[in-house]
Amino acid sequence: MTDQAYNFAYLDEQTKRMIRHAILKGLAIPGYQVPFASREMPMPYGWGTGGVQVSAAVLTPDDRFKVIDQGADDTTNAVSIRSFFERTAGVATTTATAEATVIQTRHRIPEVPLSEGQILVYQVPIPEPLRFLEPRESETRKMHSLEEYGLMHVKLYEDISRHGHIATSYAYPVKVEGRYVMDPSPIPKFDNPKLGDCAAIQLFGAGREQRIYALPPYSKVVSLDFEDHPFEASKADHPCGLCGSVDSYLDEVITDDAGGRMFVCSDTDYCETRQAQGHRGKDAA
Amino acid sequence: MIDLQDVSKTFTLHNQGSAVIEVLTGVTLSVAPGECVALTGASGAGKSTLMRMIYGNYRAQAGVINVGGVDLVQAEPRDVIRIRRDVLGYVSQFLRVVPRVPTIDVVAEPLRAVGVAQDAAQARARELLSRLNIPERLWSLSPTTFSGGEQQRVNIARGFAHAYPAMLLDEPTASLDAANREVVLSLIEEAKARGAAIVGIFHDEAARARVCDREIDVSRFSPACAA
Amino acid sequence: MTPLLSVQGVTKRYGAHIGCADVSFDLYPGEVMGIVGESGSGKSTLLNCLAGHLAPDAGRVIFDTRADGPRDTVTMSEPERRMLGRTDWAFVHQHARDGLRMGVSAGGNVGERLMAVGDRHYGNIRDKAIDWLERVEIAPGRIDDRPTTFSGGMQQRLQIARNLVTGPRLVFMDEPTGGLDVSVQARLLDLLRGLVRDMGLSAIIVTHDLAVVRLLADRLMVMKSGHVVEAGLTDQVLDDPQHAYTQLLVSSVLQV
Repeated sequence: MTDQAYNFAYLDEQTKRMIRHAILKGLAIPGYQVPFASREMPMPYGWGTGGVQVSAAVLTPDDRFKVIDQGADDTTNAVSIRSFFERTAGVATTTATAEATVIQTRHRIPEVPLSEGQILVYQVPIPEPLRFLEPRESETRKMHSLEEYGLMHVKLYEDISRHGHIATSYAYPVKVEGRYVMDPSPIPKFDNPKLGDCAAIQLFGAGREQRIYALPPYSKVVSLDFEDHPFEASKADHPCGLCGSVDSYLDEVITDDAGGRMFVCSDTDYCETRQAQGHRGKDAA
Repeated sequence: MIDLQDVSKTFTLHNQGSAVIEVLTGVTLSVAPGECVALTGASGAGKSTLMRMIYGNYRAQAGVINVGGVDLVQAEPRDVIRIRRDVLGYVSQFLRVVPRVPTIDVVAEPLRAVGVAQDAAQARARELLSRLNIPERLWSLSPTTFSGGEQQRVNIARGFAHAYPAMLLDEPTASLDAANREVVLSLIEEAKARGAAIVGIFHDEAARARVCDREIDVSRFSPACAA
Repeated sequence: MTPLLSVQGVTKRYGAHIGCADVSFDLYPGEVMGIVGESGSGKSTLLNCLAGHLAPDAGRVIFDTRADGPRDTVTMSEPERRMLGRTDWAFVHQHARDGLRMGVSAGGNVGERLMAVGDRHYGNIRDKAIDWLERVEIAPGRIDDRPTTFSGGMQQRLQIARNLVTGPRLVFMDEPTGGLDVSVQARLLDLLRGLVRDMGLSAIIVTHDLAVVRLLADRLMVMKSGHVVEAGLTDQVLDDPQHAYTQLLVSSVLQV
């Protein structure tokens, strides 16, 4: 049921055309941040305005749309964005990763490997990986254009000197196709290996910062590290309490005020699918 | 080794009515290896000015000042620096050093500058400092806090550290006690013996008589004295 | 011998105002040149033109690069010039906070240039940082402290370590001892002199402090109103100044 008061997927056609231009440019120059004229959206900044605009620009009436927020389909943010497009675009929605054609995500990559024909749209708060060390946008743009990325390693150096290891655990910087250093958005570094050689198109939208960048399918993506402190995709060392999975990213859930806690898959669809297949963890009901 | 041809010097004081002071004119002199020449003349005759010109510290208005085959009047700064490092030593009356540098390093520095290894340079510095009776406990301290006499002896040690083929000595024995005066005079004799060409100013007549082969009265080059 | 830096007719105007006009000189390997003059004389403008921070309106700045021999840094591409800026060149700012990353530890500050030229071994980077902290007389135990916790003199020494870690051949210094206590200045000058000699560095030092150039510089250039009014051997220019302005400058220094 499309609300007839809106154009398909909320944005007008000229705006979607402009955003598609930016997306195509981003795909042509993997990892490069393309400026775009971000629109006001009917939701506050920080709630995924960049991702929503990218989704609006790529959605077609035949698409099946999935939204996850930190892996979950049922949080406020995911539910409201899903219903936004149900209402403005009338597209079908799903929570099953394999069935979706467009997946908008905040802070996770689904556990199930994506396939050709799928598009993963990331919500990005701060697209500039050099921002925290070099606040001047004019300077960071120059550093990207001249491939001056020593500063990125200074950040990792600081991590090791302070913590004894690279403590950056999310938004872990990567180098794309041997050229641009990119912030993968605040996904856990556990997800970093899934960025590279991925069959799906990956699009990144930052609404407040007005930037779009992209990874075409099967891009080469390398997490930055030191020879003597190599990158490690870490996760909590437990099996999922509900489905028993030992290779998925886990959330720690506090269950009472007496120190009780359990570890469960952050990807709710993955966990439910496994449980439906009969897998059980130690905390399963 | 040191050859001056028709050298003249004037000072123009731009900020004092552009007064022009003619100090020296037509200076011609030559010092051979192994020879020590004393500059004499009344105070103000231009002895120190001439010494400074030979060192390249004052600029000559005309003439040729040839030291070790280089005309210092025309030379580029880096050539003057090279001559000062390798060929021409200068023992001035005042020690000018970077604060905080230990005495031993101050003395060894001219040797380090010509590429002598740290150990050898320091050994030579120790030898000279003991000969000049600088107590060993002072060697690791900066000479900036030393007494006037001690500073002068450090300056002499530094000046004699490297075996320069040509040397300029400005009052090397002034205000020294008999023992140290004797050490300095033997250092000068040793330098002559190894073939150094030396120009010096000595108010100490006995010293002058002992080490100098001849004297040049600078007042004859001085327009003021001639008038 | 090929000059390390050959400056030919460098001119920089700010509209009708002259920053520096028609400056030429050659700097040879191992030479230290001082540039003195009062505020507004154009000495900092000149230094920034030479270091590639400002584009001169006319003239050439030819640097003897390791790879390709003499190259005009004014016309070379910006990436090449910036590469020189973190390999063969170093720039020591008057204010340490302009030359340091104040939010990054001392070790990170020293290591940045190493990482910028591709060093990817944490242990090596840290060892070199410790070595350089010791060389500039900062206790290695301070390696993980931020420069904000350092005194002014320590910050300046850290800036020097950060600049020299990649073994540059030419160091630009803009009032390196400005704003420091006299006792701290002396220590810094001693350190700089030792480093210049031991590493065979060439340096161009802009200052208005004649005592600094006397101790550090082999040669001196005196600037006034954007023009070089006198140049030569440092002690000669200071002890036997020829130009009216230099005479005024030298006679204006208070004797201690």
